[in-house]
Amino acid sequence: MSFINYSSREINCKIVYYGPGLCGKTTNLQFIYRKTNPEQKGKLISLATETERTLFFDFLPLALGDIKGFRVRFHLYTVPGQVFYAASRKLILKGVDGVVFVADSQLERMDANLESMEDLKINLAEQGYELERLPFAIQYNKRDLPTAVPLTEINSAINTDSTPWFEAVATRGSGVFETLKGVAKLVLMELKKNY
Amino acid sequence: MPDFDLIMYENEFRRIDEELKKLYQQSNANVVFLVDKNGQLIASAGDTSEIDTTSLASLTAGNIAATGGIARLLGEKEFTILFHEGENDNIHISLIGQRVILVVIFDKRSSIGLVRLRVKKASENLLRIFNEISAKSEKKQHEKSLDESPFAEITDEDIDNLFK
Repeated sequence: MSFINYSSREINCKIVYYGPGLCGKTTNLQFIYRKTNPEQKGKLISLATETERTLFFDFLPLALGDIKGFRVRFHLYTVPGQVFYAASRKLILKGVDGVVFVADSQLERMDANLESMEDLKINLAEQGYELERLPFAIQYNKRDLPTAVPLTEINSAINTDSTPWFEAVATRGSGVFETLKGVAKLVLMELKKNY
Repeated sequence: MPDFDLIMYENEFRRIDEELKKLYQQSNANVVFLVDKNGQLIASAGDTSEIDTTSLASLTAGNIAATGGIARLLGEKEFTILFHEGENDNIHISLIGQRVILVVIFDKRSSIGLVRLRVKKASENLLRIFNEISAKSEKKQHEKSLDESPFAEITDEDIDNLFK
């Protein structure tokens, strides 16, 4: 649910990074934060445990530029990936305009990916959304690891609706901005469709 | 979609702004601001130069969301008021019409009693304005009126430019 302010000429959109625990959601935001000009970003807020596991959410506001005289602001959020934070995960999805599903490419995390994708669909449905109708992109992260499942295999297991997908190694930043741009494009096109 | 996009026009924005300024003065607050339940800052009054309002807005909304989650676990619909007391500054957070969050930050020049009293009055007025905004946004989206929409013309190039 975008917030369009004609008075301050701003569009605000909320993008949520979803995925299983330790898949690299926070790492995506950290890389975006590091590589964005200071005037284009706010503080990166992480509500995390002492061991740096996300407890509630990470938040990064970005103002990348203008479109048709409107300042476009993206508010990026991550959810806590660990299974037992289900209640918190639901809350973050409120008012979402676009979702990035970060999948962990390692073979041993395939079940966790599928479980998290199912969890995403259920949580969206509870808020009245359908994943198929939301701007949505998938990122296959950790492509550099030796146990990474081949792309065609992971894609056919996770991506059942021909969703746009991106390869990434978030720790090095490869694919991170491509994914963000991919989902941002879908969000703005949705805006175009609705107005 | 479960909700309609929130569209704010000049006229409503001015009325909200006036209402916040009035609350700011009458409650002797340091800062007053209004946040969408999804964490987006709508408007503020008072000296915000020292405050990271974007972060504050997001965290306040997270706070309200978490409290709402607790409320539902206990069988309550919502806890509509949150109050945090600090050594110097205090923060009063209240939910207006299930949609927006009113935040008042104040110190010892004011009191919780005064803030609560003034917030109550301001909430009624703000609720009225937001009901009008919702009706207008909903109507707009139903009609899909393109008369003044700048978004119909968004191109791939516009989006590419954001990521240069």
